[in-house]
Amino acid sequence: MRAGLAALVIALALALVAPLLSAYPLTLLTHAAIVAILAMSLDVLLGYTGLPSLGHAAYFGVGAYTVGILSTDYQRGFLVCLLAGIVAATLTAALFGLLAIRATGTYFLMITLALGMVVWGLAFRWVSMTRGDNGVAGVPRPELALPWSLAAPLPFFYLALLAAVLAWTLLGLLVRSPFGLTLLGIRESESRMRALGYDVWLHKYLAFVVAGTFAGFAGVFWAYYNGFVSPVDVHLVTSIETLLMVALGGPGTLAGPALGAAVIVFLKNFASVYTKRWLLILGVVYIGVMLGAPRGILGALRRERRRPA
Amino acid sequence: MTAPVALRLSAVSKSFGGLRAVNAVDLAVRAGERRALIGPNGAGKTTLFNLIAGALPVTSGRITLFDTDVTRVAQHRRAALGLARTFQITNLFPALSVLDNVVLAAQARTRARFSMLRPVSRFGEVEAAAREALAAVGLDDRAGARVERLSHGEQRQLEIALALAGRPRVLLLDEPAAGLSQAEVRHMTALLRSLDRAITVLIIEHDMDMALAIAEQVTVLHDGRVIADGSPEAVRANPAVREIYLGG
Amino acid sequence: MSPDFWIAQTFNGLSYGALLFLLASGLSLIFGVMRIVNLAHGSYFLLGGYVGLSVAWRTQSFVAALAAGALAIALIGVGMERLFLRRLRGQALGQVLMTIGFALIFQDLALLLWGGDPYSLPVPASLSGALTVGTLRFPRYRVFILAVAVVIGALLWLALDRTRLGATVRAAVDDAEMAEGVGIRVSAVSAGVFALGAFLAALGGVIGAGFLGVYPGLDFEILPYAFVVVIVGGLGSLPGAMVGSLLVGLLDNFGKVLFPELAYFTLFAPMALILALRPTGLFGRS
Repeated sequence: MRAGLAALVIALALALVAPLLSAYPLTLLTHAAIVAILAMSLDVLLGYTGLPSLGHAAYFGVGAYTVGILSTDYQRGFLVCLLAGIVAATLTAALFGLLAIRATGTYFLMITLALGMVVWGLAFRWVSMTRGDNGVAGVPRPELALPWSLAAPLPFFYLALLAAVLAWTLLGLLVRSPFGLTLLGIRESESRMRALGYDVWLHKYLAFVVAGTFAGFAGVFWAYYNGFVSPVDVHLVTSIETLLMVALGGPGTLAGPALGAAVIVFLKNFASVYTKRWLLILGVVYIGVMLGAPRGILGALRRERRRPA
Repeated sequence: MTAPVALRLSAVSKSFGGLRAVNAVDLAVRAGERRALIGPNGAGKTTLFNLIAGALPVTSGRITLFDTDVTRVAQHRRAALGLARTFQITNLFPALSVLDNVVLAAQARTRARFSMLRPVSRFGEVEAAAREALAAVGLDDRAGARVERLSHGEQRQLEIALALAGRPRVLLLDEPAAGLSQAEVRHMTALLRSLDRAITVLIIEHDMDMALAIAEQVTVLHDGRVIADGSPEAVRANPAVREIYLGG
Repeated sequence: MSPDFWIAQTFNGLSYGALLFLLASGLSLIFGVMRIVNLAHGSYFLLGGYVGLSVAWRTQSFVAALAAGALAIALIGVGMERLFLRRLRGQALGQVLMTIGFALIFQDLALLLWGGDPYSLPVPASLSGALTVGTLRFPRYRVFILAVAVVIGALLWLALDRTRLGATVRAAVDDAEMAEGVGIRVSAVSAGVFALGAFLAALGGVIGAGFLGVYPGLDFEILPYAFVVVIVGGLGSLPGAMVGSLLVGLLDNFGKVLFPELAYFTLFAPMALILALRPTGLFGRS
């Protein structure tokens, strides 16, 4: 409850402060809001269900590419692109979930990574559809019947903030629902859940699909924000960054990953001004977090009982 | 006077590679009965429980639950048919509260478990059933505590609460008194003796006093085989039993 | 498509599979003993290629390149395991995430040290050109790759199956706790297997540099292949890695030739099939 209130306060504060900010910080905040949706969607999988996915960028990218292609090649409007993007991501997650959820633990990690790269491979090679390495450029900002143009940073920021608050609200309801409690139970002890009568596979699969849907939702806004969609958006590195956002911020809290997303976005932007070595920094942060505060920050890892090597 | 057979095992066997853990076990437990399953370590008792619960598939034989053949039925479906079990090594949800643990047990067989947009608190009947189970084992005052913080004895009580919350018809108790102090064992015995007669209880227990205090009939397992089956006195007197398992 | 086409492509697929075997066998063994998936495994492949390249440029010796690449990365692998992974003993997921951090660091360091251009390892004349059998041409380098993989596969098999050391490793894979109980120093075995895995991956990288080349991003591109091989073959199984790598090599090659736009997608089907029928892989244990 307190987290929900805090989030609303922050959103309100941002909304009030926004008109005072210049374009650069506004775009950073927009970027952070969109990526926060992605991070929260992964939290449902990792933090709440205990499923570490290394291919989450796939659904993000499917949503983004759908919007990119439909809005440029086919000149479709916002509503159509939004719906199509979400549906495409959901279908992809539904398909991949059938494979991935069969697997447990390590296999799940590997399969989600492989599936994520399958999507990358398609983005890279299926040039006739995705324009390959060149990416889909010139994605126009949505034209809504509003007196302000979404091409300007401030109005688009409000749209992104709205999307983030919406995702936050829905996911918040999800994790506090009986279904959400079920996911927690699965995370804590799958064997006990089965003994109690739960179809664990089904619940994990639903969580996987829901997570994919929201990732796609984030992807839709990403395409509009960035104006450009490329294979980078579905690459393993993006999935890795998202995972770190969740791990850093605190899995199983929703708020933590959203915060983690903001931190990584700001860090990345800040670092890129001074150096090209972002991946190096990211890697060091990863290792540092694992060594320095593997228990403190990483709640989901805390759950893991000690096993002999 | 003859109640229907709640649980029937017909020539159930389980092999792990070359090892026969369970060997042609026949078992018939009547509804409402309290049956103790005893035997030395390695006799196959927990394996048998795992077979009954569906955590392991049988190699051969049949398992029937109230006239339904459950031999090939998935574990979670058997629970839906009214089978509940506890674990020898405490298997709870450590990071969750005591109440959440039991709520999970109580909502397992309801439609509620798929509800994604309404908060848990809206499902009053589920919470009521959960609190009822907690009260039955005497943990109602610990509802808000995190399971990790409970004492071992309290955790064993919670194990039972989880099994009861689903209103089972057949209850499998795997060494409920494991690691309990004398006083806790007495408490546990009283609790188990007070269980509703509508529930059929099958209990594995090393503590002979507890097992015999609760059970009306005893089945003795050795090397995966049933070597004796009868009243506690008859089993106590059985020379084969005395030989391999000196009265506990 | 003539029979020549099929034979040539089958040969190509097998030789690619041979390369994958070098990569995946190490990954599989590391998992077998340590129960962690090393996400820096592709990085070992990449770094092996780059180091081999530098050595080849300096010394003009192909053999030196092979040795240096493989050994240098084996050392890095040991360092990673001893100094870092060891600290998170018992936390499988934490260790896996740590290997991610290393993968990122290695990728960036490689970019820093060798730049963004793709390179190819110069191969000796004896391994260039092709063997002609009738109308068929078999590139000598690919034959070389096959030969290396076969030899290494045989050595690994014999070592695991026939030697005391191999028995020790198999015991540790089977049941680490029990192995510890009978006096096997599992931590030493872990370090050894990790070094061996890194060695093999790097060796694959140097050899691969001769025909795939080495370029930024190769590490993450080849990693899914290694994963699909062990998913299909089963984690911790050497025969699984052998069969899996052949299957994946063939499928990928035919996929690339027949459906170039689909890329990794051709691996999707075997993964799906295996997972549907045997979730722990052909030779895996649950």
